[in-house]
Amino acid sequence: MRRLLSGDLPRSKVLAAILVLVFLGLALAPFIFPGTRSLNVAAKVAVFILLVASYDLLLGYTGIVSFAHTMFFGIGGYGVGIAMSKMGSSWLALSAGVLIALLASLAIALAIGLLSLRVRAIFFAMITLAVASFFQILASQLSEFTGGEDGLTFRLPELLRHRLTAYYVVLAVAAALFLVLLRVVNSPFGRVLLSIRENEFRSEAIGYRLVTYRTAANCLAALGATVAGVLYALWLRYTGPDTTLSFSIMIDILLMVVIGGMGTMYGPVLGATLFVIAQNYLQDVMKLASDATAGVPSFLQWLPHVLHPDRWLLWLGVLFIVCVYYFPSGIVGRLRR
Amino acid sequence: VKYDWLPLGLVAVLALAALPLVGSLPTWVTLTVAGLAMGMMIFMMASGLTLVFGLMDVMNFAHGIFISVGAYGAATVLTRMGAQMQSGTLAGDLSAMLPAVAAAIALAAVMGWFFERVLIRPVYGDHLKQILITMGGLIVFEQLIHVVWGADMIPLPRPGTITGSFILGDAAIERYRVAAVVVGLVVFAALWIILNRTRIGLLVRAGVENPEMVESLGYRIRRLFVGVFVAGSGLAGLGGAMWAMYQEQVTPQMGMQVLVVVFIVVIIGGLGSVGGCFVGAMLVGLMANYTGFLAPKLALGSNILLMVLVLLWRPRGLYPVGKA
Repeated sequence: MRRLLSGDLPRSKVLAAILVLVFLGLALAPFIFPGTRSLNVAAKVAVFILLVASYDLLLGYTGIVSFAHTMFFGIGGYGVGIAMSKMGSSWLALSAGVLIALLASLAIALAIGLLSLRVRAIFFAMITLAVASFFQILASQLSEFTGGEDGLTFRLPELLRHRLTAYYVVLAVAAALFLVLLRVVNSPFGRVLLSIRENEFRSEAIGYRLVTYRTAANCLAALGATVAGVLYALWLRYTGPDTTLSFSIMIDILLMVVIGGMGTMYGPVLGATLFVIAQNYLQDVMKLASDATAGVPSFLQWLPHVLHPDRWLLWLGVLFIVCVYYFPSGIVGRLRR
Repeated sequence: VKYDWLPLGLVAVLALAALPLVGSLPTWVTLTVAGLAMGMMIFMMASGLTLVFGLMDVMNFAHGIFISVGAYGAATVLTRMGAQMQSGTLAGDLSAMLPAVAAAIALAAVMGWFFERVLIRPVYGDHLKQILITMGGLIVFEQLIHVVWGADMIPLPRPGTITGSFILGDAAIERYRVAAVVVGLVVFAALWIILNRTRIGLLVRAGVENPEMVESLGYRIRRLFVGVFVAGSGLAGLGGAMWAMYQEQVTPQMGMQVLVVVFIVVIIGGLGSVGGCFVGAMLVGLMANYTGFLAPKLALGSNILLMVLVLLWRPRGLYPVGKA
């Protein structure tokens, strides 16, 4: 067990219990929560744990903010989507799509890193934002390739058509890569990333090249996001701008990693689980609250609007700000104290 | 100090290089005026961002919110000014537009003050937290815009006297674009005079160079920070209002959409440099309009390409500012 987790144990009983619960919940989801909706939620949780964990490698461990993570997520999704819809639903098409997507992500991440990580971290944030929005426009413009705003629907190879098989494939790949990421952050390489985050000047003085390490972290994170995109596309049997590229997913990722806890791989697990569940079920609760407050006196007229189910991001945004100020290490940091 | 004319020359080179590609002179004139107008509006939105970064070392990712709020402020006033808008005289139109623009600036400035005071003040000097906090502010305030003004697009009619075009030879030049260029030039001139010819401007420039020294000479740099932040937000509000009237509509996402271009401009100009921001905005505006005509699909891509080329030429932007 200790080796499986790369020696990075939860270090808190409550946290360990929650992690076991999440793992069991995901592993047994088809049996304990029957129904399409809950299986969709479980698959999305698995994919987003991988996506957010790979983002945490950048934000939490290396201390750089990227807004291009959804772009790599999208490259994975579109890689599979384009290959499967052009070449038919064979394993060959699937593997070609995955391979091309991974190579494309690697090349773009390398280029962005080498161009912008030399100067200042803040440059990187702005440039990734620009590049990501360019990519989003590109995907909607090249509609003969990408299906434009409608996206691409495709059929899976025979073996993956059964929903249960597909679910366990998604879960297994996501879990395996999560363990790989855990391995990476607890390796000597991960320690260097942490030292760069804590004090770039000293790390450079000791002899580590900042650009090399930051770019390597950027590439690893990009590959993780690409695989997550592949998995999500396989699960949905669809790729489109709203499910992969949109800026609101980027904001979701930020919310998940900060609320869950930056700088620990368990933060993304908690963040993604909570967030996806909230996304799917909090709105029901808020609808009740909004309806219940519909009859308030006139000076409180804004209350039902603020509690409207579409405004759930408002409350998560407030939670996000509170987290950044008062709990910079998120829920996990709180539990580990 | 000798002024560095090369970047300005770049604008002229870009404009002249586009002439043979576009092919016809009237079209080129129309496109150039459109590009300059767009550049001026972007400059208004970007100047505050770059000043705030130069002085306070704060990169505000929620700057787009001030743009949206300005646009909504102007729209709220203009849609209640039906009578003045119908008058058909310049005086009538101005009596509707001046309050609208004033409302846009005031609303954005108040929000800027709130932002600086509540969100950004605790995280000076920590870029990572600044980015996160301002993103959080962006999420919350964009949702609040939904609460106050609704999620739907609001159509925004332009007053009569500034719609339509002048005909100059064979070229049609939209009046609104000329108005935007004039307003942009006035803003640039005012900023230039304030920064270079007044005591406050002297302090701001000194603050960009060396904040500790300014403080140790007995000036309250904090007040200067707040002032610049509020002014920058107000400018973003003005730009947002102008942009909304240009697009003739307002949406909650518009600030965020323009922000990408604003960032490109700020990077091209050199973080913290108002002059660079002005040149960068003109370059981006012209580039967007020329490529929009020649190869519509590449419009945003061309700006990214422009940014990459400029960074390869001058890695810290056209006019690098003191601090690295």
